[in-house]
Amino acid sequence: MSDIADKVKKIVVEHLGVEEAKVTPEASFIDDLGADSLDTVELVMAFEEAFSVEIPEDSAEKIATVKDAIDYIEKQKQSA
Amino acid sequence: MFRLDGKVALVTGASGGIGQAIAKALIAQGAKVVLSGTRENILKEVQEKLGGEEKAKIQVANLTDSESVAALIPSSEELFGAPIDILVNNAGLTRDTLALRMKDTDWQTVLDVDLSVPFKLSQIAIKGMMRRRYGRIINIASIVGVTGNAGQTNYSAAKAGLIGMSKSLALEIASRGITVNVVAPGFIETAMTDQLAEAQREKLLEKIPCSRMGKVEDIAAAVTYLASDEAQWVTGSTLHVNGGMAMI
Repeated sequence: MSDIADKVKKIVVEHLGVEEAKVTPEASFIDDLGADSLDTVELVMAFEEAFSVEIPEDSAEKIATVKDAIDYIEKQKQSA
Repeated sequence: MFRLDGKVALVTGASGGIGQAIAKALIAQGAKVVLSGTRENILKEVQEKLGGEEKAKIQVANLTDSESVAALIPSSEELFGAPIDILVNNAGLTRDTLALRMKDTDWQTVLDVDLSVPFKLSQIAIKGMMRRRYGRIINIASIVGVTGNAGQTNYSAAKAGLIGMSKSLALEIASRGITVNVVAPGFIETAMTDQLAEAQREKLLEKIPCSRMGKVEDIAAAVTYLASDEAQWVTGSTLHVNGGMAMI
């Protein structure tokens, strides 16, 4: 797993208070990890802070799973 | 009941009469309070009266300056080395004049300081409150935000806006243990109303069923209640404290 994936996983575990084993790439924040809509906003803000990226509203809406988040941040980091 | 031991509060406009009374009441219930205001010398006097450094710290801030606003919460949290649990948006100003004569700056300044600043401070404060699953935001509005008042189109618009903003914010963060409420004072005895002529005073009193002017302590008591754990099921509401002048 990449550094970014590790860090994303860690943030998700911290913010949602879920077991690390549950945070698989396919896990949906809302359906599998028990997040509500406010949690997803908080997660996006935590990602923004941790990776120094800006995630605009329309992109944030598309981040539904752990993999979505990792892919998005990796792409941002590559183009930076 | 209504104890606030271990809690840290930030009160803006703490050099004014109502702000001082709020700070005093919160401290009496066991809270520590950051006193924010523009006038450092007055804040220091207030700090002395309220029990010194241990109970109250001073954070001078000019709320017409956006950088000063952005820095207020983080710098206040450093003072006691603890997060702000209770935010009391009490600072406000007036630029009274009839609408016909109102300058753009009179309108904008009042909207900025009395409405945009409380929003901005709340926005910053809730980030930490959401993580901690606890918070109290209490916005000081005014009776005129609901009833209107000639000569105060700007002020009443800002105060009405504060009530609407508080409701929406309350809805957004209720699930995180954070309440957002409003206290709307009526006519309060202050240095300004002391100067009213006896005839003016009589006229004003006729409109107040409790037949006295409000005291700053009347407002402070309402704030204390809303700040307490006992008020955890009260959010998005406006507590009118006006001696019965407007029953809304």
